[in-house]
Amino acid sequence: MQKIGVFVCWCGSNIAQTVDVQAVSDALAKEPGVVYSTNYQYMCSEAGQNLIKDAVKEYGLTGVVICSCSPRMHEATFRKAVASVGLNPYMLEVANIREQCSWIHKDKAVGTEKAIIMGRAAIAKVMLNTPLQAGESPVTKRALVIGGGIAGIQTALDIAEAGFDVDIVEKNPTIGGKMTQIDKTFPTLDCAACILTPKMVDCAQNEKIHIYSYSEVAEVKGFVGNFSVKINKKARYVDENKCTGCGECTTKCPMKNVPNEFNLGMDNRRAIYIPFAQAVPKVATIDPNYCNMLKNGKCGLCAKVCGAGAIDYKQKDQIVEEKYGAIVVATGYNPIKLDKFDEFGYSLSKDVISSLEFERLTNAAGPTSGTLLRPSDGKHPHTIVFVQCVGSRDTSGCGKPYCSKICCMYTAKHAMLTREKYPDTDVYVFYIDVRSPGKNYDEFYRRAVEQYGVHYIKGMVGKVAPRADGKILVQASDLLAGDQLHIEADLVVLAAAIEPDKTARPLATMLTASMDTNDFFTEAHAKLRPVESPTAGIFLSGACQGPKDIPDTVSQASAAAAKVIGLLVKDKLTTNPCTAQPNEMMCNGCSSCEKVCPYGAITYVDKEFRMPDRTTRVRRVASVNPAVCQGCGACTVACPSGAMDLKGFSNSQIMAEVDAICQM
Amino acid sequence: MTPKERELKEQVLRMSGVDPLKCMRCGKCSGTCPNYDEMEYHPHQFVYMVEKGEIEKLMNSPSIFKCLSCFACIERCPRDVQPAKLVEAIRLLVIRQQGQNHLKANEIPALLDEDMPQQALVTAFRKYTK
Amino acid sequence: MSNVNEFKPKIVAFCCNWCSYAGADLAGTNRLSYPADVKIIRVPCSCRVNPMFILRAFQRGADGVILCGCHPGDCHYTTGNYYARRRMTLLFSMLDFLGIEKERTRVEWVSAAEGAKFAATMNDFVATVTALGENKRLEDLRCKE
Repeated sequence: MQKIGVFVCWCGSNIAQTVDVQAVSDALAKEPGVVYSTNYQYMCSEAGQNLIKDAVKEYGLTGVVICSCSPRMHEATFRKAVASVGLNPYMLEVANIREQCSWIHKDKAVGTEKAIIMGRAAIAKVMLNTPLQAGESPVTKRALVIGGGIAGIQTALDIAEAGFDVDIVEKNPTIGGKMTQIDKTFPTLDCAACILTPKMVDCAQNEKIHIYSYSEVAEVKGFVGNFSVKINKKARYVDENKCTGCGECTTKCPMKNVPNEFNLGMDNRRAIYIPFAQAVPKVATIDPNYCNMLKNGKCGLCAKVCGAGAIDYKQKDQIVEEKYGAIVVATGYNPIKLDKFDEFGYSLSKDVISSLEFERLTNAAGPTSGTLLRPSDGKHPHTIVFVQCVGSRDTSGCGKPYCSKICCMYTAKHAMLTREKYPDTDVYVFYIDVRSPGKNYDEFYRRAVEQYGVHYIKGMVGKVAPRADGKILVQASDLLAGDQLHIEADLVVLAAAIEPDKTARPLATMLTASMDTNDFFTEAHAKLRPVESPTAGIFLSGACQGPKDIPDTVSQASAAAAKVIGLLVKDKLTTNPCTAQPNEMMCNGCSSCEKVCPYGAITYVDKEFRMPDRTTRVRRVASVNPAVCQGCGACTVACPSGAMDLKGFSNSQIMAEVDAICQM
Repeated sequence: MTPKERELKEQVLRMSGVDPLKCMRCGKCSGTCPNYDEMEYHPHQFVYMVEKGEIEKLMNSPSIFKCLSCFACIERCPRDVQPAKLVEAIRLLVIRQQGQNHLKANEIPALLDEDMPQQALVTAFRKYTK
Repeated sequence: MSNVNEFKPKIVAFCCNWCSYAGADLAGTNRLSYPADVKIIRVPCSCRVNPMFILRAFQRGADGVILCGCHPGDCHYTTGNYYARRRMTLLFSMLDFLGIEKERTRVEWVSAAEGAKFAATMNDFVATVTALGENKRLEDLRCKE
């Protein structure tokens, strides 16, 4: 017979406010099997844990029920506590009377009644618990970073620094990401390239880091410590090992009118190209959509001029398979498309541009070599209007419901830099709220107003209408003055909302990592586990988890690296003991369970069984590999004879819970 | 808010189906309004004043009849607040009032012109003098 | 205080550990209330829910059963919720045949980030079941004291 102890936590007033904890512990004390029942202010505290430990020793408890917060919060804490006094940690169950009871109910009678029922269900379950032993699985000491922007680069460098091998998979021909396109960085105004390119070079030179550029993840299998990933190296038609990056081919290629995505289509590149001068790896890539040789079999000029003989028109996509212990997602963001916002006339005029285009227009490596000129006629703009929150904080369905976080600061930067370089320009910034929390951020914004004389106007632009004479009419409200403004602008810059990269959603499916409704990856805990995905072994770095500026991204990247290192230094991981287990006497070897197992954990063995008449017979029965089984329980339901059961969540345990709940 | 103000506010909210608390005060409605200069209270003020319960002020303002009902504010609002529906609801409140705000019988002869059909006068008297 | 005679349904909610149980926790963290009639049973995955559990619940006098899992494609175990969906489609139509209205059973996808959806779903489900009244079908009277 089990001897069960019940411990009801007040959680300060969090539980005690809507649940009569004394009544709960009294009621549960009367349940059959319960030999000890008490309540305490904070069960998770040192004193609370000692209370549990002492009771286990004093009453010789064989099972423990804690009525407290969610098991996702403190189950591990309490399990560790009972294990320290010799009770099997899996002989403990938690009844969630905080998140799923006290916090959602207001009436004390209702809350108390529900808490008692939840306690009964946990007691019913723990009565049927059996001691479980955690297994072990090895850890592959290699990490994969998906995405080679500043987030991926920082994570990879930090992991490599600790001595582990890291692979970066980047879908573009070069690593560097969005930061390569940015001109200056707030709030210090140092140039993005100057601080980023050394890191890119570090990645290339670090022997622990391998860069798969122009590659994408094609398949992910396995689990924490033991991922097996297929990487698709897209054909770039240039041998990476032979190409010296001299760039001769990129000047000779006759296909001159390919829109240059690095400059957001504001100038052209050739069909064979190196995205920019500091690209890593500095290797040319042929764009198959424009190359005449690949499309029609005519030309071949690049192969002729290449001294290294690196051009290979016959190159094919190549699948590489690698094993990893941990995966870091750093897929980043993109600005949203602005075509939907008719009122801002983005598609009507070349002089209505996005902020990222503005970055390229002011960047020395950009289409205008860093001189701010109107894209339409190449003249200097004298009146510039910046519109904030374009598509951000938009619940009408056109944009994104969240704040994109970085726009206030980069718009202040743009406005400031414009006024500094061209003091004869009038700069207007239309804002809803200026959000500048962060070290030296508000000071930075105030400098734009006070030192540089940028006109900050509280109000939103309602209409942008390009006029035939090249001017752009901006109609906006000035809420504080109570006016409607009509500004004749030369250039309008839209601070577009940012959204997760399009590749993130299919990747999340491959990784079985969860996402929110905006396609940002979900963290395991919003406050306490911000860089881990709820899926073990998957970590999050940068803007794939939510809008972030560069300092935040780098902090999170390093934090993710620390978590990865913490995983990779372990030689073995303890595995979840709640795995499937067949009752061999009932199993008839039908293979139903094998078919539904997503991990291939189930195999069949021929085993000798003694029959009632003292003969022996060889029967085919299922066998579960506990290191591979993740404990989902799909097989338990598929099994027609009821032979398969899940340890820790057995049929009888769940039935007992159902009974306890329905009993009332 | 007085009980009267609260009642009027609730009536306006019920009639319009608008939730002014969704407004984040960006002013895009007023930025886009084509008849802004003609109006005493501007679209964003309508939303805020309804939230504060200042319905009577709005009812007494000519702004409600200056609104063109072009629905540009509804179209452009990033939070789906629909200011024009508030204007419409307040306009209806005024029109539904009886015996107020309308011409007195003895003021009419001075305003009469030949083109006005007599039936219009009769109908108006029937409708508004009760 | 509510009327003593007022009908309070017994509702069993099976929630997968990775999405819906976390979603329920989030509903709690955000103090989004839903009726206390809902009692949650934690399962590792929606595919762990054996049709037997649901039959057992109705046998023991439950008035409604809801199964919550990760959104299709988001299952922690890749495919578990697809199995659950297929199994429940079959089971629920059988229950409907046996006289347990389709409205008393439901499968809902709630992610770990959807606390508000969890609360709204439970409010709606409880309201639906309350409107249907007490369930007498399949109930095993021997289980009653």
